[in-house]
Amino acid sequence: MSAPSSRPASSGISARRPRRLPVWPLYVVGLLPALWGFYLGATNQLGADPVKSFEHLLGLWSVRFLILTLAVTPLRETTGINLIRWRRALGLLCFWFALFHFAAYLLLDLQALQLRNLGPVLADIAKRPFLLLGFAAFLMLIPLAVTSGSWAIRRLGSAWGKLHKLIYPAAFCAAIHLLLAAKTLRLEEALYLLALILLLLWRLIPRARRRRLFARA
Amino acid sequence: MAAYRPPVLPPSEITPQEIWLDRRRLLAGAVAAGLVAPAIASGKALAAPLEAAKGGYDPGEPLTPQKDVTSYNNFYEFGSGKSDPARNSGDFKPEPWALEVGGLVAKPKSFDLDALRGLGLEERVYRMRCVEAWSMVIPWIGLPISALLDQVEPLASAKYVAFETVVRPEEMSGQRGAFQPLDWPYVEGLRLDEARHPLAILAMGLYGETLPNQNGAPVRLVVPWKYGFKGAKSLVKITLTEKEPPSTWNLLAPHEYGFYANVNPEVDHPRWSQASERRIGAGGFFGSDRRPTLPFNGYAEEVASLYAGMDLRAKY
Repeated sequence: MSAPSSRPASSGISARRPRRLPVWPLYVVGLLPALWGFYLGATNQLGADPVKSFEHLLGLWSVRFLILTLAVTPLRETTGINLIRWRRALGLLCFWFALFHFAAYLLLDLQALQLRNLGPVLADIAKRPFLLLGFAAFLMLIPLAVTSGSWAIRRLGSAWGKLHKLIYPAAFCAAIHLLLAAKTLRLEEALYLLALILLLLWRLIPRARRRRLFARA
Repeated sequence: MAAYRPPVLPPSEITPQEIWLDRRRLLAGAVAAGLVAPAIASGKALAAPLEAAKGGYDPGEPLTPQKDVTSYNNFYEFGSGKSDPARNSGDFKPEPWALEVGGLVAKPKSFDLDALRGLGLEERVYRMRCVEAWSMVIPWIGLPISALLDQVEPLASAKYVAFETVVRPEEMSGQRGAFQPLDWPYVEGLRLDEARHPLAILAMGLYGETLPNQNGAPVRLVVPWKYGFKGAKSLVKITLTEKEPPSTWNLLAPHEYGFYANVNPEVDHPRWSQASERRIGAGGFFGSDRRPTLPFNGYAEEVASLYAGMDLRAKY
């Protein structure tokens, strides 16, 4: 998954180039919250309602990585700081946590592996807009994760960019899902919601105008 | 050069082996006694033993562990997270206390805690079903609300009972600061006949002790056939009224939380199902204990007649 690494050390050119930070540690560090949460849950340290706590932890990390993914472009346009090399990793981490979140809901919370539970589960999902919205967001992330590799970018050409605009409706659905999931909104979640709204609104400003607004001398 | 002679240690100077081997624990104990204990003491010291006869109410289901009952709470006055109340309620002082009972009554009266205890405490094991679709089984110690109402003699015009929770921003961190999800005081209400029902109690303890701060010390409402949010905590005022009193969650989201809030698997919350519930403390990480929710939380036989002829979908 890591971006093309620097040339072999024997090459005379690479010695003068600044060393690029590798991308792979981001995957390792990014997945730690899931491992840590699972460890706490499995060792009975996640409180009185461990499954709910674990679900919540996974969902929140998915949202955090979603925000970071969406922040890469505005950050570059406003400050010139370019984190594009890490964007694929951030997007994939968002997807992985969404997958874990959904799996925890299905397997730990609803115990959907027991077939007798499956009927009520499907009926429940169909009735709850907030569950449907979360599920829709997850479904939209799947093609993005599948086509995240360099080969897909080459193969799909300009269609790749169009396909990956799916992140916007996915983020919109995720935001509403977050808003509706809790009895009341907590400060942290309210800030995430605000960040998602701002990052989505940013995309509504035509690119040319954004350039002019933040044109660097 | 004289040969080196090691100093001879008297036996009294030698640390006994078991103490030496135990040094980490001793150190930890010292740290705990000096630093941690005072922090816990303020909240913990108040959970004193509370004697009460068995009241004969017991669903015969395994009790939710005391640790879970006292660490997994909705008590927004101390924060909106489930572990916030246990963590943030150490500064709260439930003694001395005064519970004012007034409104449409012949003899308005203020009760201190001894006066309340004197009305006859019993232990009642009740199911508790939260509107968030989790449940517990809790051994409360409390008194029937009717015993209290008998003391103040409600007038014939009284139709409802309003409950009001304490407001002490200096002791309750959830009542301070800019981001507060609810308006204070937390208010709740019951119809007079509901409040008079033998199952409805004012709880003053659980698990053989006075109520911990996070569970609504020193006195709270427990109505086992209704969702948990009806159980207003740390009560300071009870008022008999003619009109239906306001209730906090109903004010916040009227289409989601009704005045009656009877546990009903047939009437879903607009955002989630009420058909089943997770029993806290039973089951674990690899399989929550999910069970069907019962009408009136399993107390239909006792309370369904209160609502005869009422459309429970409209009056949720």
